Amino acid sequence: MGMTITEKILAAHAGKDVVRPDEFVYANVDMALGNDITAPLAIRVLEETGVNQVFDKDRIALVPDHSTPNKDIKAAELCKQMRNFARRHELTHYWEVGRVGIEHVLLPEQGVVVPGDVVIGADSHTCTYGALGAFSTGVGSTDLAAVMATGQVWLRVPDQLKFVFSGKAGPWVGGKDLILYTIGQIGVDGALYKSMEFDGEAIRALGMDDRFAMCNMAIEAGGKNGIIAPDDITREYEEGRAEREPTYLQSDPDAEYEQVFEWDASTIEPQVAMPSLPSNSHPVSECAGIQLDQVVIGSCTNGRMADLRIAADLLAGRKVAPDVRLIILPGTQAIYKQAIDEGLVDVFIDAGGVFSTPTCGPCLGGHMGVLAEGERALATTNRNFVGRMGHPNSEVYLSGPAVAAASAVAGEIIHPDDLA
Amino acid sequence: MRGAAWTFGDDVNTDEIIPARYLNTIDPGELAAHCMEDADPEFAGKVGAGDVIVAGANFGCGSSREHAPIAIKAAGVSCVIAKSFARIFYRNAINIGLPILTCPEVVDETQTGDELEVDLADGKIYNRTRGGEYAVPPFPSQMREIIDAGGLMNFVKKSLS
Repeated sequence: MGMTITEKILAAHAGKDVVRPDEFVYANVDMALGNDITAPLAIRVLEETGVNQVFDKDRIALVPDHSTPNKDIKAAELCKQMRNFARRHELTHYWEVGRVGIEHVLLPEQGVVVPGDVVIGADSHTCTYGALGAFSTGVGSTDLAAVMATGQVWLRVPDQLKFVFSGKAGPWVGGKDLILYTIGQIGVDGALYKSMEFDGEAIRALGMDDRFAMCNMAIEAGGKNGIIAPDDITREYEEGRAEREPTYLQSDPDAEYEQVFEWDASTIEPQVAMPSLPSNSHPVSECAGIQLDQVVIGSCTNGRMADLRIAADLLAGRKVAPDVRLIILPGTQAIYKQAIDEGLVDVFIDAGGVFSTPTCGPCLGGHMGVLAEGERALATTNRNFVGRMGHPNSEVYLSGPAVAAASAVAGEIIHPDDLA
Repeated sequence: MRGAAWTFGDDVNTDEIIPARYLNTIDPGELAAHCMEDADPEFAGKVGAGDVIVAGANFGCGSSREHAPIAIKAAGVSCVIAKSFARIFYRNAINIGLPILTCPEVVDETQTGDELEVDLADGKIYNRTRGGEYAVPPFPSQMREIIDAGGLMNFVKKSLS
């Protein structure tokens, strides 16, 4: 019996020929990740334990992205603790404000995580890197501390789920729509503890940015990892980028899956997840007419060039509705600069939107666009939980960049095809 | 351990357990003051030492913030019983030594205010108000080793030495 790509990566990192679901393994970690919310806690855990060294200064990435540029004094203190730790241990992968970006956009962009890796990150959206054909999963701060000390992590090999999208997706349907549809079908715990492998004609047609958006939200179905086996698009992305030698793996034809879901992408409309769970997803036409106070385009889900280009296409020559605040956040400084070079930023500003430097900011209700009581936002972010973007009595709707940009102009949720 | 039950529904997420607006601190006491705030704004003021959170499926879904189990533990909660736990919360709770038990029957048959007693060593939960007695399946041996060591870092320290 063959293995899935997830099983192959875990076996290779656990020094085994074969691994099977339910088996416990100690896996060697290629890259460990923390941010300004999770790393300070991990650093405290390390210090309390009396561990004074890290396993490899080149294999730990610390990314101050959540509350930066520092939103208040307490957040600044946490960033300072992380910065001091990075300096003390001479970590190769630490980025200061001005060079930093949103962790899950920055690390693949800089070639710091590569196909075939095991990546363990103290951030739930670490599953993003599955888009490269890597095994990556989120953990908490104590797990990160243990990895920083030993370079290893204990994992239970997950059961394997496969999602096959046949057909061609419609013009406004991207990776975000396909993953919102998936979560709507199986629920927020539909893949609990399990691996989610995506394949099929519609997945193969997606560029890397859309693949990142899909794998990014595997956690929103409870998944341990999301993964897309690498192909020519992956190889092209890695050219001149990977800082270590990638390992390109495929699932065996006779690999065993607990369940295989097959959907026809050509029948899927752009999706909107209504409050207060990502599984509450509907075709955009069912949500049309819902009035908005704010639209956010950005985050580790949809803050990449492909997302900004779609938004700019729809915003060009149009104005944001008078009662709507449009906030656009590029994922990294490189994307920020490229958006300027391509003239996208002129489009955003002329339309009446804010274009900020990279930060997680409003996605988690941190800063740069927090909602007041009773306000409603449509966002390309990943969670619409109660109070996620601000006041507990505010609302977040989720969508891809096309629906978000069109709706910012309309002042209400609208199908991009219906934009005047 | 013995205390009053506080019941919650399915999919209680980490933004409800400890909203991100309080993530500018890692101080357990400060986090405890806002424990469960967006699920029940009065919870931190009501909960007593030893009390038990009883919740539905997928407890702790959402972010990886370990601040969530830390807030619960520091608020005095002795144990969380749920129908199921989200993966990262489950790991975090084991790693920091917050007892968690998966037992759907207890969740279905417990109401807020019930007096619960939990015997971790024997894997038993008793509802002293309603006279219920429930057996909890033991943890897998690999996880048992971490729990017995008193959390992940103690376990790691042993393996480093």
